[in-house]
Order: sequence, then C-alpha cells, then structure tokens
Amino acid sequence: MASSITVTVNGAQHTSEVEPRLLLVDYIRETLNLTGTHVGCDTSSCGSCTVLLDGAAVKACTLFAVQADGREVTTIEGLAPSRGEFHPIQVAFWEEHGLQCGFCTPGMIMSTYGLLANTPNPSEQEIRDGLSGNLCRCTGYHNIVKAVQTAASNMG
Amino acid sequence: MVTSSFQYYAPTSVAEAAELLEQHGEDAKLLAGGHSLIPLMKLRLSEPQVVIDLGRISDMAYIRDENGGLAIGAMTTYAQLESSDLVAARAPVLAEAASQVADPQVRNMGTIGGSLSHADPAGDLPAVAIALNARLITSSTGDHRTLSADDFFVDLLTTALAPNEMLNEIAIPALPAGAGSAYAKFGNKASHYAIVGVAAVVSLGSNGVCEHASIGVTGAGPVATRAAAAEAALRGSRLDDAAVSAAAAQAGAGIDYLDDIHASAEYRAHLTSVFAARAIRQAASRAG
Repeated sequence: MASSITVTVNGAQHTSEVEPRLLLVDYIRETLNLTGTHVGCDTSSCGSCTVLLDGAAVKACTLFAVQADGREVTTIEGLAPSRGEFHPIQVAFWEEHGLQCGFCTPGMIMSTYGLLANTPNPSEQEIRDGLSGNLCRCTGYHNIVKAVQTAASNMG
Repeated sequence: MVTSSFQYYAPTSVAEAAELLEQHGEDAKLLAGGHSLIPLMKLRLSEPQVVIDLGRISDMAYIRDENGGLAIGAMTTYAQLESSDLVAARAPVLAEAASQVADPQVRNMGTIGGSLSHADPAGDLPAVAIALNARLITSSTGDHRTLSADDFFVDLLTTALAPNEMLNEIAIPALPAGAGSAYAKFGNKASHYAIVGVAAVVSLGSNGVCEHASIGVTGAGPVATRAAAAEAALRGSRLDDAAVSAAAAQAGAGIDYLDDIHASAEYRAHLTSVFAARAIRQAASRAG
C-alpha cells in the first residue's frame, strides 16, 4: 500500500507515491537522484547520510520517507547558493583539506551546518561533540575540526 | 537494509492513535523518533504489521511548568530537553543525561517517550526517570493510568504498558528545596550507550544531613532499577567520603548484572559502585 508524500527538498516540492518502508535516504538517492547524500553504515552510526530536516541535522538512514511528508529537507546539493559557487562550509573544508577520500564529507558538512546554526562560535570541544555522530576513517579529524573553525570564522 | 512491509498510519490526535492501537494491538508498533524502532526493523528483529507514527500529533511535544515541577510530552526530543531553560531550572539532571545520549543527529529525532517505552537496558533516561520520581501518564481508548517510574520498567525491553496503551506524558515533581543532581555514565565509546549510568538526586537539611536521596541505575542489569539500599544508606548521613563510598557500594544490590561483549558482570558491578559514588558526590556538591 503506497503512501503519497509531498516533501520540499532543497527548495523544490516533490510529490511521490512511496512504500511506507522506503527510507528517507533511499528516497533522496533513488527517487530524487540526489546521490550526494551517502549511505555508509546504514545503522545510524556513521553519519554519512546526514541531511537537514526542517533545519535540524538527522540521519536519513533512520527515517522513513513518509516521516518527511510535508516537511523540508536540505541535502548537500542544496547548500551552495548557485551552480559554480560553494557554501562557506564547503569552501572551508576545501581550504583546510578537511577530507581525504571524501565519502563522509557531505555528512560532515551537513552536521557542521546544524552545529553552526545553534553554536556560531564553537570551541574545539563543541566541534568534536557536534561532529560525534559522524565518522571519518581517513583524516584523524584534525583538519575537519580546522575546517569547522574556519567556516565559523568566515560565516561570523 | 530494508524493513519488512507494514501498514502505515499517521494519526493526528492521541484519541485517534489510541483507537488504532486498540484495533491493532500486538501487531502494531508506535513510531516516535524511530531511533530504536527503525534499527530493529531494519535487522528484522522487529516486524510489526502496522506502524502508527505519532509524529503528526501536534500536542505531544511540550515542556510545561506543573506545580513547580514539569510536565513533558512523550514526543519531546532529547535536543529539546537539553536546550530547555525550564528543564535546566527544574530537573537539570534530565538535561545533563539527554545531552549525553548518542550524538546530535540522534538527539534531534529521539524522544523521551520513545526511550522510556523502549526500555533499552542501556538507555540513559530510564535511570533519570527513576531518580526524579517521575510519574508516567498513559492512555488507551477511554482510559488513563499514572504509573511510577519504578513500576513502569519491568524487564529487558519490557514495560508495564499494555498492547493497547501508549505513554503520553512524563510528570516530574518539584525537587526538594536546594536539591543537587547529577548523571554519571560509563558510555560505550562507539554508540555512547550506557554500559553503566547512574542518576542521583540528593538534598541536605540545614544541619548538613542528607534528607532526600533518590538514585536510578541503568546499563548494569536487564532493566533500570532504583538503588534503594544506597538511598537508605545516604539518608541521615552527612555525605562525607566514607558515607558516600559505603552507600555507593550498595548501589548494585539486587541487580542481576548483564554480561556481554562490552563488559563482564564483574566489571559492571565495579562500575556501578564507582559511577554511583561519582553521581552522588557531584549531586551533593550541587546541593545547598
């Protein structure tokens, strides 16, 4: 039995018939073809599927798409102000080399967005706590923390 | 991972949700934040035929003053608890524990009602509900019940909720004047689940003697429990080092310790007394 949902993703409204068991991350990736949101662990541990739901960072592998009905989702594709430009958080990750393989990066950036929305000038500890739901297997986190500090200062 | 198929309902009122629960009973699961239920469904450890999503009910997420204490809607998220000025003023240990649950993304979805109803042996909030002497208000079609936190948690993943019953509100009585509280936990490094967590509330009389002590323990055994023997040992004492150590040593009395990959039963017993002592000392340092 399919459910009809209407979700605003990156400012555009989408109405879709979905099976209730369809996960939000699969809706984003498979139905809307927005593959910047990644699936890492698929067990709500690694955070690579992080998106914003009504502005709050959530793990899209642990929501059903039907839970997003009538709500606003922002993915990594929706952060940049226009094609060819980057969001200041994306710029900071680039400048500080806050990534190696890049797989976790969309999730890191979306979590950073959620963190800075609540805490515009975070301490190092607040950054580490704020990103505690995101795992990176390459960097050892140092440059990610630097990237968040740079983003905070560029956005401030 | 894909869950089994289910019928999905999104009621818009508590009455409608209770009606659906009455109709589907044991075939149904209530979906709150989903951060305990959905992982279990993905592993197919839980395969409900019906999922009733409480997320469309507008009046289940709130934090209100109630007789100097708090009334908290079951759908209130951890993030709302940790950032609430009212919770910080009335039941700071609840905010302290909520801020230690999992990670920010999980705290944006996970709810107090979901946590308590799921009764995970490693959940943080059951210990806090016990230490705060919370009363849990439930509803089913045409009926309400009020249960003490002590009566609510029955066994591993098992509460006193009947199949047709849902948790609506958590009522937290005003703390005694000058009470101090603390939550101390030994968390799993990856999941942040409590291997052992202890919530303590104490108050001192004008003579410096402990008048009120209430302590909840989670993670140690199959279900969160009250450390009644430790509470009794604290009451009437001066909460000096020797008294706290002696009381904390009894915090695990009666617990049938879990023994698993994360910690042996023996280690959990050790952690229970260590973290009970830390929670009591910190609570005492905040009392006055």
